[in-house]
Amino acid sequence: MAGPSLMDSLFQRSVDDIIKGIRLSPPGTESTFIAKSLDEIRREIKSTDPQTKATALHKLTYLHSLHGADMSWAAFHSVELSSSSAHSHKRIAFLAASLSFNPSTTEVILLLTHQLRKDLSSSNVHEVSLALSTLSSICNPDLARDLTPELFTLLSSSKIFVRKKAIAAVLRVFEQYPDAVLVCFKRVVENLENGDMGVLSAVVGLFCELTEKDPKSYLPLAPEFYKILVDCRNNWVLIKVIKIFAKLAPLEPRLGKRVVEPICEHMGRTGAKSLAFECVRTIVTSLSDHDSAVKLAVGKLREFLLDDDPNLKYLGLQALAIVARTNMWAVLENKELVVKALSDVDVNIKLEALRLVMCMVSEDNIMEICRILISHALKSDPEFCNEILDFILLTCGRNFYEVIFDFDWYVSFLGEMARIPHCQKGSEIESQLVDIGMRVKDARLQLVHVARDLVIDPALLGNPFIHGVLAAAAWVSGEYIELSRNPFEIMEALLQPRTSLLTPSVRAVYIQSAFKVIIFCLNSYLKLNGDDPSYPSESTYSDVKSDYPGRFETVASQLLSDTEPDNPNMVVKHGQKPSVSSKMHHLTLESLVALVNLVETNLGPLAGSNEVEVQERASNVLGLIKLIKPKLLGCLDTREGDKANGELKASEMVELIFGAFSEDLGPVSLNAQERVPVPDGLVLKENLRDLEEICGDIELPLSTSFSLVKLQTMDATSNLEHHSKEEFEPSTESTSLLAEHRKRHGLYYLPAENAGIISNDYPPAHDPKDKASDETEDLVKLTEQSLVIKKKPNQAKSRPVVVKLDDGEGFKVAAKAPEFKADLISGAVQEVLLGNEATTSSSRRKSSKKSSKRREMDESNVGVPESKNEIVKADMPEIGFSSSGRRKHHGHGKERKHRSSGKDKVHDHKDKQKSEHGHGKHKSRQRADGALAAQSPVIPDFLL
Amino acid sequence: MIRFILLQNRQGKTRLAKYYIPLEESEKHKVEYEVHRLVVNRDPKFTNFVEFRTHKVIYRRYAGLFFSLCVDITDNELAYLESIHLFVEILDHFFSNVCELDLVFNFHKVYLILDEFILAGSCKKQARSYDIRCRRNHRENGELEKQE
Repeated sequence: MAGPSLMDSLFQRSVDDIIKGIRLSPPGTESTFIAKSLDEIRREIKSTDPQTKATALHKLTYLHSLHGADMSWAAFHSVELSSSSAHSHKRIAFLAASLSFNPSTTEVILLLTHQLRKDLSSSNVHEVSLALSTLSSICNPDLARDLTPELFTLLSSSKIFVRKKAIAAVLRVFEQYPDAVLVCFKRVVENLENGDMGVLSAVVGLFCELTEKDPKSYLPLAPEFYKILVDCRNNWVLIKVIKIFAKLAPLEPRLGKRVVEPICEHMGRTGAKSLAFECVRTIVTSLSDHDSAVKLAVGKLREFLLDDDPNLKYLGLQALAIVARTNMWAVLENKELVVKALSDVDVNIKLEALRLVMCMVSEDNIMEICRILISHALKSDPEFCNEILDFILLTCGRNFYEVIFDFDWYVSFLGEMARIPHCQKGSEIESQLVDIGMRVKDARLQLVHVARDLVIDPALLGNPFIHGVLAAAAWVSGEYIELSRNPFEIMEALLQPRTSLLTPSVRAVYIQSAFKVIIFCLNSYLKLNGDDPSYPSESTYSDVKSDYPGRFETVASQLLSDTEPDNPNMVVKHGQKPSVSSKMHHLTLESLVALVNLVETNLGPLAGSNEVEVQERASNVLGLIKLIKPKLLGCLDTREGDKANGELKASEMVELIFGAFSEDLGPVSLNAQERVPVPDGLVLKENLRDLEEICGDIELPLSTSFSLVKLQTMDATSNLEHHSKEEFEPSTESTSLLAEHRKRHGLYYLPAENAGIISNDYPPAHDPKDKASDETEDLVKLTEQSLVIKKKPNQAKSRPVVVKLDDGEGFKVAAKAPEFKADLISGAVQEVLLGNEATTSSSRRKSSKKSSKRREMDESNVGVPESKNEIVKADMPEIGFSSSGRRKHHGHGKERKHRSSGKDKVHDHKDKQKSEHGHGKHKSRQRADGALAAQSPVIPDFLL
Repeated sequence: MIRFILLQNRQGKTRLAKYYIPLEESEKHKVEYEVHRLVVNRDPKFTNFVEFRTHKVIYRRYAGLFFSLCVDITDNELAYLESIHLFVEILDHFFSNVCELDLVFNFHKVYLILDEFILAGSCKKQARSYDIRCRRNHRENGELEKQE
């Protein structure tokens, strides 16, 4: 080995050679060069010569950190080299370790423990600092545990340079090994009193991180933090301390009162924007109930907003968004600045401004704001345009359109949005259009107008992004065709040639809507021409009812009350609008035949479509036409001559289908399915349990909505299974087939734990396609529960009724057990700070004795943590008090006079202590207070 | 807390990467790629802060190099922005007129300086205020040179 080693060290390539080599290698050959170098390194790194090894490791580290080469295999070599006596070798080894070791997966980390311990106790500060840096990046629980004693020593090192590093590194150790808190915490707290800015900054930074995770445990330290807040002039430290108070203040209102004043002072005094912003942010997030402070903060924010620096503007807007939650006036005051920011060049700023604008929305200004936003949307790039649309749709649709008063306007506005060239929010507009149709009866007329304009425009069909909107428009035109001025026009629109550009699912909706239109026309014709008495609308429903007696008896009244407004609607329209009645007039037989022919020619080819949905729906319509057409033609030929009883049949069918269609669709709660009782004789559960055994490992997606068709399939399958199970013993072959089937069509199966409560009665209301999938069954679909429509009686004067279901609509949120994982660090911190709080007072005395003993041992800082032990009992009052005490020293005694004599005794004792320890005044007073509080179980409120 | 610091050039080549949270190698590469995508096309007139997953990236561009710090969402943006500048000034002083090649050839020194600057995710050297230009930190470099 000696030979090659010598050769290696003589001719070994250096890091610079490697870097140059990579830079010089022609493009594309870098990886081969790196691979070659890695081979070299693998050889060299095994060398016994530390110099060769170090260079090899150095090269490897370079390739790893900048070229992503794997170096996990070299972990042991780093450990080996780390024990080298040469500082430069050690540095290379530790650098490699800190960059490449993964605390949880690198096994050799523990081999470093000894070396790290040695270096941490070294007298050379550079070695110590190197070890600390390495420890902080590769720390795992074992390392943390083993090295805690060394770290504890370093925390009070006389060398500032080392001490601050130790403080920073201790955070990692606490995280990995919470028990270290018990050992080190006191020392860390002591450093809060250190005069050196570096140390102070490190320790405050440490507490800032700790408080972030669990503020409550650090409340007892508030006096120390307060002192820093008042005394310190270093911006960085102040920012961190203010951050700590932002976390603590919400927990203790009295603390807020204390700190608000100094924070405001800093905000007014400082020239540093970072500090000023931190003050502002803290005031608006944590001290928002202090009005004067908020006013000051908003004033400062305005300066930020007016600044040219985009960073400040952005932060100003961000802070304003926080203020908006509690103090809306602040946003309104800066309205013009916010609106101006909408046209900023930076998308970050624009988004913040948009968020703020949407905060301002109320019933009164929604129209104005939407107008402004749309004009911005038209001007801006597609991405931001859609962002705006998204926000508008979200805000307007929030909580069942609570900000919308004028639905006619909103519906037209939705139509307008769909026409914006960059609009990609088709699906959201689609669901809102349908949703409003179902929920807001008064908006339907306008909705039909808007839908007509959308459907009729051939240009829109070419834009795939708004196909969803068109589907909704088509559905609306079909569903509410009776409100339309001209059904013929709608029909032409629905069948226009460019509909071939639509996706099959949308096309299916178009065809279904056409179906509804034709049924409507036929029915109107029959009603007009016919003998009014023989076709009263009630008969339709009684027919229907007799078909499904069981289900409808209970619903009947509701159903009637629901449908009544519809029919009268038409009647009223007859009277009110000449256009509507005229529509009825030119509904002649000829026009009807023309209409039927139009449908037939257009849909004929589609009966052979490849798409199942399209084909099926087209066939439905064609089937009806086939039935109806001869009658119509016959009618045309012979006029009123001989009405065959065949026609009667056809008309009856038209009636029936019309009846099915004219039932009002309401919104269906997503939870509705669960409330349906299991029909008798449906033994779904057992089969499913079997299935679970068979394929329990398959995770099934829980579909929130599925179409009726699928459900039926499922029912059929499960029934089938059921039968087969009863009749034959299920053979293994069939079960495996079943499992296979389930695997492939998992969606159609119910998840096993869903207890098999299913019904085929609830198509999701939002999906227009589902309605189309069943004609007569539509009637069955809404059972009592879903029809219990809650109409808020006194919702608003002018605002149309928005139907909401009585139970919480929307997704049923699985009750998540708020599993609070106890933070181990804070547990330990509390243990240190609270000490034996829970124990009796006798043991407390013992502990304080212990503490005093310890105080003797520990000279530098007099038992601060012990004093904390007790102070916590007194809790916040103490904090506020002692912090105030520092400044109002004289008022102190007076306040105390309110207390009982027993306490006064302690007070005296405390005063004595104070005079004795001039130096540790602050702490000893706390101690006394704590002891005092320990005596009184009820915490006195010293501040109030 | 600082989650990671990245130095990347305009082509997305990483010149320095230090993570203060354990991440898988593959995840690191993904992060580097994403951060580069986030910052590279931003106009100088834009803000220096971008949201990144659940954190935010504070970046600053010096010639062709992007210095990106990923910090918690609640951290003070302006203060970290200033510490980036301080870091660059330290580098500039140490290498006297630092350029990308200096960082490449002296990557280990850059890591050392970085370790002096940030430890366990917190800045040890404090930047001056946002609008006051910070002075060079001679002491720091003295220490480093001693180590050399």
